[in-house]
Amino acid sequence: MKIAVLMKQVPDTWSDRKLDLTTGQIDRTTAEQVADEINERALESALRHKDQDASTEIVAVTMGPTGAQAALRRALSMGADSAILVNDPSLAGSDMVRTALALASALRDIGPDLVLAGNESTDGRGGLVPAMIAEVLQFPHLPAVDRVEISDSQVTGQLQVEGAVVSVQSEYPALVSVTEQSAEARIPNFKGIMKAKKKPLDVKTLADLGIDVGPGAATAKSVMVGATERPPRNAGTKITDDGTAAQQLAEFLSSRRLLQNHQ
Amino acid sequence: MGNVLVFIETTTTGETKSSAAALLGAAAGLGTPVAVAAVPAEAAESLGRTLATAGAEHIYLVTVPEASSELGTAAVGALAQASEEYAAIAALLPHTNDSKNIAGRLAIVRGGAVTADVVALRMEEDEVIAEHSVFGGDYTTESTVEEGLMVVTVRQGAIEARAAAVTNPSVRLEELRIKTAPGAKIISIEPVTEESERPSLLAARTVVSGGKGIGSRESFSLVEDLADVLGAAVGASRAAVDANYVPQALQVGQTGVTVSPQLYVALGISGAIQHRAGMQTAKTIVAINNDADAPIFDIADFGVVGDVFKVVPELIEAVKAQES
Repeated sequence: MKIAVLMKQVPDTWSDRKLDLTTGQIDRTTAEQVADEINERALESALRHKDQDASTEIVAVTMGPTGAQAALRRALSMGADSAILVNDPSLAGSDMVRTALALASALRDIGPDLVLAGNESTDGRGGLVPAMIAEVLQFPHLPAVDRVEISDSQVTGQLQVEGAVVSVQSEYPALVSVTEQSAEARIPNFKGIMKAKKKPLDVKTLADLGIDVGPGAATAKSVMVGATERPPRNAGTKITDDGTAAQQLAEFLSSRRLLQNHQ
Repeated sequence: MGNVLVFIETTTTGETKSSAAALLGAAAGLGTPVAVAAVPAEAAESLGRTLATAGAEHIYLVTVPEASSELGTAAVGALAQASEEYAAIAALLPHTNDSKNIAGRLAIVRGGAVTADVVALRMEEDEVIAEHSVFGGDYTTESTVEEGLMVVTVRQGAIEARAAAVTNPSVRLEELRIKTAPGAKIISIEPVTEESERPSLLAARTVVSGGKGIGSRESFSLVEDLADVLGAAVGASRAAVDANYVPQALQVGQTGVTVSPQLYVALGISGAIQHRAGMQTAKTIVAINNDADAPIFDIADFGVVGDVFKVVPELIEAVKAQES
């Protein structure tokens, strides 16, 4: 079976993440750029299947600037067989539909039985790209599944919706997006890191993919029209408990009308 | 005024879920609300009444068999059809696991574009402007869609506006005509019953959360007791969830739920950046922690350096006294 796993390079959530206020885009110069944890979980699900069936081929795919190769190297060091970076200057600042169209073209060339993705990146948190790719490729989509079971003939998963848990299933080809409840990702070992350096990592431009999703091509597009930074939050009163702290706090809540009898 | 589609999430028997009223409220602020759903035919009449009360001017229902077997497919088709029939300027959907799937697919089917996880919407010079809260509320961005259907997913609990009831809405029952990609097969739908009487995290006016400092699953009842006296929802930090004190559904933070209540009380939570990303837009923040250097105190309006197991029981008594 051939499994394609979508990766993304994002600012580390443990760092102070910044937006460029003139473009509304992520400022990639401030925070450390790392492979998004959610995609590593998707990759882990693929790797567990490969552990069972060594004939499984795993291709890691991302779209982004040249630096996004680091996320792919990480995937290769965890155990993916090869990687593809879709990189084209005209894709900078792409909205979700354009991103999905470009990734879908790359995936079409790969011809996977199964595409695995994270349910939403930690930076954009839109969570719509997997569904878009599924629709473009005409693959059934198992969205936001907490657990994924990959067998030779079908894939199964469970997603949480309001008031229920839904079990869904598909034969191949299919696209599955996983939540952070899914498989905990393995840490690459030294051997994996050394091996990764020799694994193929191809960079493809839009011309290579034979598509034009540049600014001229898409008719509808999502555009950013404003970005502002929230003023920093300041510390207020801070007391050390001397036996009266609870009383003082209750009075504070009452004075701000935050107790139930004020509601 | 343009027509604004609102996707109505429904149960298997065709009753509305909690997102309907807020979405219709948001749509009424932009144009004429058109409620769209895919439901069993026998549920249509009762659903129509509910949606009229919640402010739908037009109701467009695609009828499906009760045991609809494909995830989202009928809903994508219903919205695609309605967007043509009503020349809709925008389609609003809840930002939930199942509706995000529908929104993404709809944008491809209709050649539209999306604006996701929106916290506010307004009309400005004939354009729908969507507001987003980015990086845990550190930034606010605004976006719109040019030259096509604007597909919007709306953050649960973010919209307070409600639409006025409509006395005589137009109701249409249609067949599914538009062909889309196949959906995943639904094998089972297991209802999850809410065990607790407490408000949900997203809707609560007050949230009381516990962290690693609570120490064990058993002592987490301390957090629940304070929540109950404040009429609050219960939340937790990732550390508390990872330590199995509470289920993951209660996790507040970057990778959990983002809340924006009037009052947020953090008990035994250090306030790591990932936790702050899920709660720092709360109106008032209160923290109790025995570590005077915990970063949570940098953003707390009222911080108590002290033992939660001593201060919280005293606080519960003091709050009861204040309220009586």
